[in-house]
Amino acid sequence: MGADFYYTIEVILNGLMAGVLYALVALGFVLIFKASGIFNYAQGVMALFAALTLVGIMEGQVPFSHLINAVFGTQIHDFGWHIPALLAIILTMVVMVGFAWLVQKYIFRHLVGQEPIILFMATIGLAYFLEGVGDLMWGSDIKTLDVGLPQGASLWIEENTAFLGGDDFYGFFIDQLDVVAAIVAAILVAVLVIFSQYTKQGRAMRAVADDHQAALSVGISLNFIWVLVWSLAGFVALVAGIMWGAKSGVQFSLSLIALKALPVLMLGGFTSIPGAIVGGLIIGVGEKLFEYSVGPMIGGATENWFAYVLALLFLVFRPQGLFGEKIIERV
Amino acid sequence: MKMKKIAALALTSALVAGPAMADLVFPSLSYRTGPYAANGIPFADGYMDYFTMLNERDGGIGGVRIDVPECETGYNTEKGVECYESTKDIGAGALIYQPLSTGITYQLIPKVSADGIPLHTMGYGRTSAMDGATFPWVFNYPANYWDGASIAINHITDLEGGSLEGKSIALVYHNSAYGKEPIRTLQDLSAQMGFKLTEIPVDHPGQEQKSQWLQIRRERPDYVLMWGWGVMNQVAIQEASNINFPMDHFIGVWWSGSENDVVPAGAGADGYKALNMHAIGTDFPVYADIQAHVVDKGLAAGAGDQIGSVLYSRGMYAAMLAAEAARTAQEIAGHGDITAAEMRAGMEALSITDARMEELGMAGFGPAFDVSCQNHGGPGLAYIQQWDADTQTWSLVTDLIASDRELIGKLVEEDAAAYAAENNITPACN
Repeated sequence: MGADFYYTIEVILNGLMAGVLYALVALGFVLIFKASGIFNYAQGVMALFAALTLVGIMEGQVPFSHLINAVFGTQIHDFGWHIPALLAIILTMVVMVGFAWLVQKYIFRHLVGQEPIILFMATIGLAYFLEGVGDLMWGSDIKTLDVGLPQGASLWIEENTAFLGGDDFYGFFIDQLDVVAAIVAAILVAVLVIFSQYTKQGRAMRAVADDHQAALSVGISLNFIWVLVWSLAGFVALVAGIMWGAKSGVQFSLSLIALKALPVLMLGGFTSIPGAIVGGLIIGVGEKLFEYSVGPMIGGATENWFAYVLALLFLVFRPQGLFGEKIIERV
Repeated sequence: MKMKKIAALALTSALVAGPAMADLVFPSLSYRTGPYAANGIPFADGYMDYFTMLNERDGGIGGVRIDVPECETGYNTEKGVECYESTKDIGAGALIYQPLSTGITYQLIPKVSADGIPLHTMGYGRTSAMDGATFPWVFNYPANYWDGASIAINHITDLEGGSLEGKSIALVYHNSAYGKEPIRTLQDLSAQMGFKLTEIPVDHPGQEQKSQWLQIRRERPDYVLMWGWGVMNQVAIQEASNINFPMDHFIGVWWSGSENDVVPAGAGADGYKALNMHAIGTDFPVYADIQAHVVDKGLAAGAGDQIGSVLYSRGMYAAMLAAEAARTAQEIAGHGDITAAEMRAGMEALSITDARMEELGMAGFGPAFDVSCQNHGGPGLAYIQQWDADTQTWSLVTDLIASDRELIGKLVEEDAAAYAAENNITPACN
């Protein structure tokens, strides 16, 4: 086999890894849509907010310090301590649960029974609000996120595969961070599936997803379930924020990773957790292969739009997405 | 009757006193929010703080105080145009715009030309605007993108012992009007000097660049140039480090060379190079003045913690050039409260000398140069700076390098002529 063959394999492997990162973002959308029918436009900003909060807590930054200093003329910036990553992640999760509770109490509890477009508009407002709060709380500068994840090429893989394709092949490039992301995503999906299938709260969540009025009639607390779902989405956002933030630093463009999740959702369906993963993998591999094989002929930079073309092609044949629920309405 | 007397008295007083001297209005089209905020904030702070210092230390420029109304563009072209429309009539009228965005610049060029307000796009925007005969209201001194491309190639040529024959250079660029600017120059230089050029676009915002860097890993170019902005820079530097690309062979334009771009990659960014149109560090007396007259008085535009960073320094440099042009305009006009047309005349007659830079507390900070109608682009010089990840500092590794102005002049002439033909402009220098 020539070097080109192995380079194609390398592109596919890296496409799979990129797909996992897209799927991590898409999972948050799926969780909320499945349980409440809300397309959460704020999911990308939640990932940003979670990552900002994590770095802020780790570095002992005083929240709203710019605001406090401007109002009171003080010069406080940090508490002077550094919190270990694991504890900071737990504390960030506490913040995200608090956020979920606030969102439910002050926004969506008042919008029960409203049209989906109203709920969607509410999440747009939430996204801008959260972005502003994140800015005020932690500042707009780029923050380095170091939770101890490995980064860079896996030299072991590179060296042990270099012999495959002759002198023009330099071994497979696999980013160690992508490997970690794949493992974390696999664990996350397994935990979410086990939670929704085998726990009381998980079954209640599924019941609410199927028919929230029927669930209410058998004594399930809608408020609790929706806070639970937003908390889970917050946790997924935190994981996505860590993985993406480790690559580029934590900065406000992180909220744009949501754009990468949309074609994944279109392809995988808005209601399926495995769909988000499979959709992510297909989009990741599809866009990378297209860029590798066709991109150079048409000027490159094809990935952003090709992901949507690929998703639209799937939609022609399966409007509900690969794993979405087929809706049959009888008249 | 009493009211009539008061009104007559007020009218008489107004006529005797004449019009009150208005502030000099320098709107700041900034972006402190959104995906590019981390870069927009230090530039806007430097721009604002320099003018605040002039107000506090000198009472403004030529005795006239400076007003810097700020408008948030979010690096969004439409918002940038709205900001221009909403600020151009503030006070006696805006004197100069610096939008810090090539996209906004392209939209503003016809507007400022119609409204008669100067536009200064320092190291960005439309390169051929250096032809003042075609673009009388647009200035891009002290250097432009095509200078940047040529300077980077000249630096590489020096490193390679004077010849690039048979070498390969990849350009990783933001797939936008900004990122595409150097391509034509690099293509011509490639044909002229015999190196292979590979163009690799990255779509906005540039958060995911795996394909681009796998391509670079496969093709193994000798050097990589980068025309990036925002998160694209951080991800590119991280990915270059991931594939073990030699960082001293990776050179960014001046918009890919701030602390923001290299710090997230940690030790991996060590050795990365970038162009810079001005010097770096805080070893200039002007910073002490900003500290004393602005930061210590609690008047800083930001937290006061950005002083000396690359983008803060650039914003301050842009403000200094605007202030010097206003001072020149006042001298030409013979009065302090200048109009936008007089400001344009001041910009076109601007002369930055080494002696003046020393007076400003910025000796050696930027090149000495003269602006003229034929050349709105300045001298086209830049330093190469290199990042040291251990000390977390940039250092200049070359003196000012000149661009190939013969080639650039030809390209500018072609592009300006095409613009003039499209817009029915008769180029002229009075």
